[in-house]
Amino acid sequence: MIVPSVRREWIWGLRSFLLLLLAGAYLALERGGNAYLQRLAILFLINLMLVVSLNLFTGFTGVFSLGHIGFMALGAYASAILTLPVNLKAVNLPDLPAPLASITLPFFPALILGGLIAAIVALLIGIPVLRLSGHFVAVATLGFLVITRVVLINAETFTRGTRTFAGVPPFTTMGWAALWALLNVYVAWRLKHSPLGLRLLAARDDPWGAKSVGVSIGRMRLIAFGISAFFTGIAGGLWAHFLTAFSPNAFYFSRTFEIIVMMIVGGMGSVTGSILGTLLVMASTEALRNLEPGFAIGSLTVGPLYGLSQIGLAVLLMLLMTFRRQGLLGDRELRLEAIAERLERWLERRKTALEAPRVRKADP
Amino acid sequence: MQALGSPEFWIQQLINALGLGSQYALMAVGLAMVFGVMRLINFAHGTVMMASAYIGLLLLQQGVPFPFVALGAIAGAAALGVLMERIAYRPVRGAPDVVLLLNSFAVAVLLENVAILLFSPRSRPFPMPEVLTRVFHPGGNLFLPSIHLWALGGALLALGGLGLFVTRTRLGLAMRAAAENPTAAQLLGIEIGKVTVLAFAIGSAMAGLAVLFWTAHVGTINPGMGFEPVLKAFVACVIGGFGTIPGAVLGGYLLGALEIALQGLLPSGVVGYRDALVYGILILILLVRPGGVLGYLEAERV
Repeated sequence: MIVPSVRREWIWGLRSFLLLLLAGAYLALERGGNAYLQRLAILFLINLMLVVSLNLFTGFTGVFSLGHIGFMALGAYASAILTLPVNLKAVNLPDLPAPLASITLPFFPALILGGLIAAIVALLIGIPVLRLSGHFVAVATLGFLVITRVVLINAETFTRGTRTFAGVPPFTTMGWAALWALLNVYVAWRLKHSPLGLRLLAARDDPWGAKSVGVSIGRMRLIAFGISAFFTGIAGGLWAHFLTAFSPNAFYFSRTFEIIVMMIVGGMGSVTGSILGTLLVMASTEALRNLEPGFAIGSLTVGPLYGLSQIGLAVLLMLLMTFRRQGLLGDRELRLEAIAERLERWLERRKTALEAPRVRKADP
Repeated sequence: MQALGSPEFWIQQLINALGLGSQYALMAVGLAMVFGVMRLINFAHGTVMMASAYIGLLLLQQGVPFPFVALGAIAGAAALGVLMERIAYRPVRGAPDVVLLLNSFAVAVLLENVAILLFSPRSRPFPMPEVLTRVFHPGGNLFLPSIHLWALGGALLALGGLGLFVTRTRLGLAMRAAAENPTAAQLLGIEIGKVTVLAFAIGSAMAGLAVLFWTAHVGTINPGMGFEPVLKAFVACVIGGFGTIPGAVLGGYLLGALEIALQGLLPSGVVGYRDALVYGILILILLVRPGGVLGYLEAERV
């Protein structure tokens, strides 16, 4: 398609505006020194990675994975164990086998290794499980989540079991989180518009049709699963080095649920939708969470309301499922081209609306 | 503890397996009935159990005698099941499977957090009458907790009644017809909506009965208590063959036997991994025999 030059100018304008806005927001948060907002921003970027990665698999293939938080756990524990200083290892993980006990890796290689471990495990379980479809994959991946948890609790030599794994170096800065999130979004976007992505979407919408033109669905799904697990593992590592202390409870059903709601709100299969969904859901749960300790309306005080934010999430999901199943964007994307086109049309309409009365006046 | 491999050891294992299996069978039957008529894996089944336990506790605190507490908890579970179907599942009937599944997650999270809101997330003791907690010593080193007898008796009665209902009554036959082929059943004048409500009511009541035994075992209740039983009920359904009542019952007893066997036979260092093995077996069954032991259902493959 030939883009008219006016529109191209619009697109460039919008693009630079967006970039400036993002850079401005980033700098304001980084330099502004508001610890609460910084914390939220880092959590947003990590959640964004989790949602985009889940969407990269579930949205593009239509196959529901309930096990992704298991990959996050693998990434978190792997990267935490690899970076823990040797003297802390002697105290916290005294029975760690020899090579692990005496090494401490820097942040970046540890993160990458965490992501790779998640991806390898994903490929190993994906080879058998992804041949199933529908319900069965959901149940099987849920089984994987439970297995991961049982292993985390029992492999005390590596994880301290149910006790808190503490002392993880606080490496995750806003810069690291932003960099990885950008890379993740970029990869998902490119994947969606690559031949592989088109095959995945085709197989999702019409499996038999896709198969009949030679798409090998199982292999495509497996590749998407592996990439998705890699970034989920990285997100887990970033999260571990952000919180610095955690236990297996962090990687279970409630987080799985949260990530799924974020994905559904934005739209399954939409990368830009994931950004919107994460933003919206985090904003609303955060608002509700701040109400949980109790609040006052005039003279009326409302007591502690623990669980309110989760109730909000659940109601939101039910309403969406009933009234707007495709979420905000479905599997479409917010495109600058489309926005520019709308802006242009709107301006044209205004122009004609402004010119119209003048024409009428000259008429008699 | 009996010597490993002695006859006493096996008898003890059998007693434990039957007790545990009865609970799983009661839980799994509700999941299977709902899956049958709606193709929904009702994840909220476990939270119905939790809610029913809290209803029981509230009644107990009002000084209601225990038999009525039990009846109240079962009736409460049934009512909740029907309400759930009306609010969360009927509006999205006919939607893709995943929509129903997600809605059941939403219901589960909603109920659990309402319970947290109302009763706090802490565990609360659930005082059971002595008839349920007594342990008999029939001889040797054997332990026979009366709760196993109650669970077995309750399961036999309830499941037997259910069996008669679905084979001997028009309504029960209608339910099975709807599960087997909804379109054909509708053509023959069966009201699917009515049958679905009934499946939710009966299935939830069974869950309400099961949770009494579960609670007597554990001794305490908390808002998150439904998670483990519903996963176990899934596994039971998958083992037996998803969506059929006999499959769910058989799967429940097989799962009970499997867990007790793993518990008794695994070396003590590995016993913690028991549940990982159980879910590993779940995945394995899905792969090699997706229709379960009874093998009715064929999983669609790509």
